[in-house]
Amino acid sequence: MTAVLPPIPELGHLALWLALAAALVQAVAPWHARLGQAAAPAAAAQGLLVLGAFVALGWAFLVSDFSVELVTANSHTMKPTLYKLTGIWANHEGSMLLWVLILALAGLLVALMPAPLGPAFRARALGVAGMVSAGFLAFLLLASNPFTRIEPAPTEGRGLNPLLQDPGLAFHPPTLYVGYVGLVVAFALAVAALLEGRVSSDWARATRPWVAGAWAFLTLGIALGAWWAYYELGWGGWWFWDPVENAALMPWLVATALLHSIRVLETRGALPNWTLMLAILGFALSMLGTFIVRSGVLSSVHAFAVDPTRGLFLLVLLAGLTGGAFLVWALKAPRIAEGARFAAFSREGSLVLNNLLLLALLSIVLVGTLYPLALEGVSGRQISVGPPYFNATTLPIVLGLAVLMGVGPLLAWKRNPRPGFVRRLWPPLAAALAFGLIGLALGLKTVLAVLGFAAAGWLIVASLLPFVGRRRVPTFLALGTAIAHLGAGLALLGATASGALQREALVSLRVGDGFAVGGLEVRLYDVGPVAGPNWTALEATLHVSRDGRPVATLTPQSRTYTTPPMETTEAGIVGWRGGDLYAALGKPDGSGRWQIHFWIKPLVHLLWVGAVLMATGAAVAAGGRARMAWPGRARPLVSRPVPVPAE
Amino acid sequence: MAGKLAPRHQRLVLAGSAAFALVGAGLLALPALEDKGTFFYAPSDLVRKRPPAGERIRLGGLVKPGSVFRQDDGLTLAFVVTDGSQETHVRYTGLVPDLFREGQGVVATGRLLPDGRFQAEELLAKHDENYMPPEVAKSLRPTGSPAS
Repeated sequence: MTAVLPPIPELGHLALWLALAAALVQAVAPWHARLGQAAAPAAAAQGLLVLGAFVALGWAFLVSDFSVELVTANSHTMKPTLYKLTGIWANHEGSMLLWVLILALAGLLVALMPAPLGPAFRARALGVAGMVSAGFLAFLLLASNPFTRIEPAPTEGRGLNPLLQDPGLAFHPPTLYVGYVGLVVAFALAVAALLEGRVSSDWARATRPWVAGAWAFLTLGIALGAWWAYYELGWGGWWFWDPVENAALMPWLVATALLHSIRVLETRGALPNWTLMLAILGFALSMLGTFIVRSGVLSSVHAFAVDPTRGLFLLVLLAGLTGGAFLVWALKAPRIAEGARFAAFSREGSLVLNNLLLLALLSIVLVGTLYPLALEGVSGRQISVGPPYFNATTLPIVLGLAVLMGVGPLLAWKRNPRPGFVRRLWPPLAAALAFGLIGLALGLKTVLAVLGFAAAGWLIVASLLPFVGRRRVPTFLALGTAIAHLGAGLALLGATASGALQREALVSLRVGDGFAVGGLEVRLYDVGPVAGPNWTALEATLHVSRDGRPVATLTPQSRTYTTPPMETTEAGIVGWRGGDLYAALGKPDGSGRWQIHFWIKPLVHLLWVGAVLMATGAAVAAGGRARMAWPGRARPLVSRPVPVPAE
Repeated sequence: MAGKLAPRHQRLVLAGSAAFALVGAGLLALPALEDKGTFFYAPSDLVRKRPPAGERIRLGGLVKPGSVFRQDDGLTLAFVVTDGSQETHVRYTGLVPDLFREGQGVVATGRLLPDGRFQAEELLAKHDENYMPPEVAKSLRPTGSPAS
């Protein structure tokens, strides 16, 4: 390219430095008596400056300005425009810039919105957020500058890893980052509350929407990642207990606990210090997750080539921010008023149990994720901890949580249940029995799988119960809770069924040959070449039939991309009875035979439906205790009880 | 817990159960770690200290050029993993990962058979051309083989 491009990248670089200055003002101003009012404008300025820097980088990607090193390393003129743009964050520097952008925009939002807890409190919260921003901006500018130029500029880029040229993965990082940043805001609000020495129901009410939003986005982000792994990697699975997956799961577990404990604080004024501790812990684990993903300290199937020196910077940032926050918590928490008392079998009692189970899960995942690192440090031995450990330790707790999720929303606040309460549990109990028996009839082999079916049946029916026989219109909160819990029940059913009832076949076939699996006949009809915009592929055509009647046609591919040169496996997936028929094609080996790995994945769609319902439920619940009504007249949305089997 | 506790006691009970949930779960998990974790071995490690028969381990090194063969069933792959000084014969039944190449790094999870061969259940698929599994990079360094 001979045309001289304007110095947009330098302007972006400058904007980042100015944003760092604004972040420092934002971080310092609230602690000074007269400068306090500067925090909000500084946050707004920082938001706009980082947005400017991001737009500058986006422009460089869009016009393929290969004098910018990052663009050369990750883009190509022939790449589809969508992936030129998503290529901005499909690399270390760009994804850190996206992270900072979302944080800065959250600060901008906080600065522009009304301050329910007063301007001084808002300034302090912005101050804490400013410290986080400043740390990451410094990391970007000093250790991962996205605007570095190369001289002379190459005429063509190296292209983007084909696995990342995919809609599922394109939107996985931004979704997850919105979730992380929501937790940063909750963290900032928590530290500000600690410094003020006062935690009230009002604080909980102001913070809960951020936590609910963060949780919804984390849920969606994790589900997008699992979905991508499922259809793109061609391994037939959706969760591998990989360190990078755990890095996202751990903040989600804490966010789940926080989302529930903050309800106790909001309604009963209890658990103030506990809730603040969870807010700090959620942030700490988001930071730990960023460190694990970006430093490459843990061997992971997701590991990319990374620079370990960056890990040190992140580790110092992690230790400084979370260490400082926990210190503030330890110093200030004893002065915060004690929470209200409550009964053991009340709603709040069940929420405490929920929190304890979630923390136990967190502890197990954390130990399993960091153990390899610790063992190598101590003895030099290299170990990998995978599904055998995590499945054996976490699944029983997940089942316990599912049972608790069914009961909790039926319990009353403040008091133990009335004597007739147990009768309300008959319908979910019957459903649990029915689901367990159906599972057995379908061929479940293990006790854990049968219990998984039973727990799913229990939870699905129990989550609808709060609306049965009630004339009052539900609050957004109750409705959102029910939707999210229903989603969790469906996801549990999908996860159990797709795993325990899965059928698979690994075969080597000539064209025209067939095989049978799980009551289906599969025939390799043809293998031929196909071509896409930047790839060529061999595509197999598999005809699937049942009792002679055609069911589906699957077309798995073995693809070869040109820039960068790389081979990928594209699974052939067709939905069937709420699940998937899933096939992967092996590479040609010159023998005239084709290797095919074929799976039947029953009910796997429920997993994705469940995740979307969970996120939707959280969004609905953020509406709070308002009752639903059409504007103008108070007409209930749900006027008739939902029909359920007779008791 | 019968009735309601005084706030101070309630706080103690809560803190105690939280500590129990965190520490207890962690402690319960530790034996499972020893039991279910898979240790990493380079071919030289297998010679020096053989793992117990039947234990699930991970074997890593470079795929020896010219050693990759497909057996008659059309599904089983046989190849040799080397770390520069020792070699291990590996068998694997299944689809081969996209980035499996002669001369490239590989990590196989599976079990050592009595005859000294390695039966792999999984081959690590890499996401990135420039990426070398860290264990492989480390196990190669002492022998002086190129490990980028």
